[in-house]
Amino acid sequence: MMQTATDSKTTEGPLDSTPTLSIRDLVVNFRIESGLANAVGGVSLDVYPGEVLGIVGESGSGKSVTALSVMRLIPDPPGNIAGGELLLQGRDLLKLSYEEMHDVRGNQIAMIFQEPMTALNPVFTVGMQVKETVLSHEKISRREARNRAIEMLQAVGISEAAKRLGDYPHQFSGGMRQRVMIAMALVCHPTILIADEPTTALDVTTQAQILELMLDMKSKQLGASIMLITHDLAVVAETCQRVIVMYGGKIQEVGTVEQIFDEPKHPYTKGLLASLPATSDKKQKQKRLYTIPGNVPSILEMPAGCRFCTRCAEVIDRCKIEEPPLHDLGNGQRVRCHLLETTADE
Amino acid sequence: MSELLLEVRNLEVRFPIWGGVLRHKIAEVCAVDGVSFTIHKGETVGLVGESGCGKTTLAKAICNILKETAPGVHEAGQILFHTDNGPVDLLALRRSEMRPLRAKIQMIFQDPFSSLNPRMTVREIIERPLKIHTRQTAKERLTRVQTLLERVGLQPEHAMRYPHEFSGGQRQRIGIARALAVNPWLIIADEPVSALDVSVQSQVINLLQDLQEEFGLTYLFVAHDLSIVYHISDRIAVMYLGNIVEIGDAETVYRHPAHPYARALLSAVPQPDPRKVRADRISLRGEIPSPLNKPSGCSFHPRCPLAKPECADDVPLLQKKESGQWSACPFT
Repeated sequence: MMQTATDSKTTEGPLDSTPTLSIRDLVVNFRIESGLANAVGGVSLDVYPGEVLGIVGESGSGKSVTALSVMRLIPDPPGNIAGGELLLQGRDLLKLSYEEMHDVRGNQIAMIFQEPMTALNPVFTVGMQVKETVLSHEKISRREARNRAIEMLQAVGISEAAKRLGDYPHQFSGGMRQRVMIAMALVCHPTILIADEPTTALDVTTQAQILELMLDMKSKQLGASIMLITHDLAVVAETCQRVIVMYGGKIQEVGTVEQIFDEPKHPYTKGLLASLPATSDKKQKQKRLYTIPGNVPSILEMPAGCRFCTRCAEVIDRCKIEEPPLHDLGNGQRVRCHLLETTADE
Repeated sequence: MSELLLEVRNLEVRFPIWGGVLRHKIAEVCAVDGVSFTIHKGETVGLVGESGCGKTTLAKAICNILKETAPGVHEAGQILFHTDNGPVDLLALRRSEMRPLRAKIQMIFQDPFSSLNPRMTVREIIERPLKIHTRQTAKERLTRVQTLLERVGLQPEHAMRYPHEFSGGQRQRIGIARALAVNPWLIIADEPVSALDVSVQSQVINLLQDLQEEFGLTYLFVAHDLSIVYHISDRIAVMYLGNIVEIGDAETVYRHPAHPYARALLSAVPQPDPRKVRADRISLRGEIPSPLNKPSGCSFHPRCPLAKPECADDVPLLQKKESGQWSACPFT
């Protein structure tokens, strides 16, 4: 069933080119006291050169675990990548040795985390941390590395970068720390930047600055792409070209931003969008918000069949028994829902 | 408009900074710097602003808990709470005089994980305010707890469970039940949904609105998510570095903000509409200055796109604008 989804031709890509990163049937499990928790249950996705791909989902949807798997940063034990392929420009990252993977991290794929205070090391200066990235990937002198670090910090908008190299993370504000994180991530010009909730801890005006900076840095490097992981649909609408909606460790819907926001097909996507307060000028302020009933189930209590069936407004009996495949709607949009079977078969 | 419930007049809150070898006071931070506003019975006032602007301090000051939690705090001004026997200045009350009023002002907190005691059962948590403020028997209290649990969308048998057995949204419901237990008039909700999943946020917002209608509650809704504040509020106040820079009808403030900071803040809010090009986005330079060295005059002037030299001299006062709101900028 997964094949229908993944083998569809590249028409759904924003560019007619081969993907930089292809994730195929990724399965990640966590061993816990009460058994095996399936955090990611067969995720397949492509990241094309030059695109910004958004991955949205709530807590427990598997979006962060997918990102950490790409970096091979899942702590094992208790975590374990049980199956699948992670193809970076044709090379399977899961088959690389520790040293080979070390070369990939920070050099070809870099990652920005949500909480910049915990992601930066508090006992090293900011300069040290940016330089360390360059020095571990390129054969250059310390002086050159220092210049690169200064250049990078200036590029991300830190004034008097040369002076601030000697400062420690606690001397920076939240927004500035996130800028340092971006500088560290981009100093080796990676082809893929994975941003895991990069602006969740920041205020809206700072969020706007950081998102703008990320897009700006991407546009300077030809073919670089961003995987933006977030729970904020509005951020996705403003920054991404394609969107993947995840729920319960599975991809539920894939499409371009226009498809997802204008014509969502999956009941979960529809529900999520409907539950946002209407703020556009045309609409009247509504009295009550739409709600998706229930809570996000814990990964240990995932229902059989469709993982969203317990909360779905359009549930049919079949959903409780049989897991729907990702139906391809032909225009690049793919939806994991039984109700779309007829449209997809045409 | 309906009658007044709360009047804040020139409220000032300053926290001491201790330092030096002898841990003496070396400086003061002015977290709330001369704030005045009113809340009427039955309305929802939204309070927005970025981190460090003093919105949580203002909320805590209204609950009058700063004296207990922040030793050495200096509060000036008046917080008039309108009771059945006329207005009372909360800041002038003694602890024992404040106690009966605490039942009337309750708080809902941001983090549903740290605001519930993990060693208490849900029953004990919700019962606590009843034990303190009422003379109900154990049996009466249990009935009350069960009614409350049902009202907030949980089951009566959940009373025997512990907080860790619940999801974030359910815990926030427990926090709401606790706040409701003693029939408050004013509920101060400090970021009540920001820690929740998107699909659960709307459930809690709807619950808060239903409860308001049913019990005639008044809300001060503190949050940074502007679209939610706009949805739930009748009026919105925007804070920047300890001052209210704009206050008015939610529709007016959200659609036609007058103060340059309110404009920038609202233009930075991302919209869930991929076709909307944000050409009108005002990017602010720099970051919020630390309240320790607040700029002179209008505290927003170093970042303001409309700043004039005189902005550095005088502190602008709130003035009524043509569109109807009050805004602290003479140039818009």
